[in-house]
Amino acid sequence: MAIEVRIPTILRSYTGGAKVVEGSGDTLADLLTDLDSRHAGLRARLVTEEGVLHRFVNVYVNDEDVRFLGALDAKLTDGDSVTVLPAVAGGAFGFAAAAAMLGNGSARALVR
Amino acid sequence: MLSVDRSIIDAIVAHARRDHPDEACGVVAGPIGRDTPTRHIPMENAARSMTFYEFDSMEQLRVWREMDDRDEEPVIIYHSHTATEAYPSRTDVAFAGEPGAHYLLVSTQDAETEEIRSFRIVDGVVTEEPVRIVEAGVDPHAVQSYMFGQSPAAVDYECSDR
Repeated sequence: MAIEVRIPTILRSYTGGAKVVEGSGDTLADLLTDLDSRHAGLRARLVTEEGVLHRFVNVYVNDEDVRFLGALDAKLTDGDSVTVLPAVAGGAFGFAAAAAMLGNGSARALVR
Repeated sequence: MLSVDRSIIDAIVAHARRDHPDEACGVVAGPIGRDTPTRHIPMENAARSMTFYEFDSMEQLRVWREMDDRDEEPVIIYHSHTATEAYPSRTDVAFAGEPGAHYLLVSTQDAETEEIRSFRIVDGVVTEEPVRIVEAGVDPHAVQSYMFGQSPAAVDYECSDR
């Protein structure tokens, strides 16, 4: 089973610079665990300690946002294409207030 | 240094004014590796907030795919601050996910004039850079440069880069 995963610039340090990697899994959760076995640390940038997708990461399966497909429970089949894009966001909004809203550390964990 | 055409800056400012008091946001794409912004893409602020912006996830996918198809990359990622200065907030720094991009900020807090400043944000470090606005029909090698809202870190009286 082969699923193509497109990696954004900011996460390519985990894939040795590769823009596209391959993985397998019946669900997005399984795929991320599989990827993490070869690209250690990648999963932690996408999934919070509480076990949900980071609020400010966009993951798409074949052009659909996984938030509408069950998020980490989204079903995957052979030949699917998964794309990861960090959300583009920001603003004058106070960081402390934003962190409180998002759950402590979630914003910082995505970027750093 | 960010070099950008006058027409693109004008379009960005018009976008920021249009959306004021909500923050406006968008991208200027350009050919990969050329550091030249050529194609202005105003984006929807899905947060519709006066103090926060976020690209709509499906629009972002469409735009990023389109840039990929055209061998482009995001050269400028811009947004406006509508009541504060054109300087990256801690939120801006935390979310800066395109290390190769110029982060352009426009402040529309004053109704008459805009503050336009540009920054590189890499690994949580903010570095301001000059904005060089290229006027159509003006010889780019003429000794004119427009630096908005800048206190130059160094003044080169010898024009050593010409």
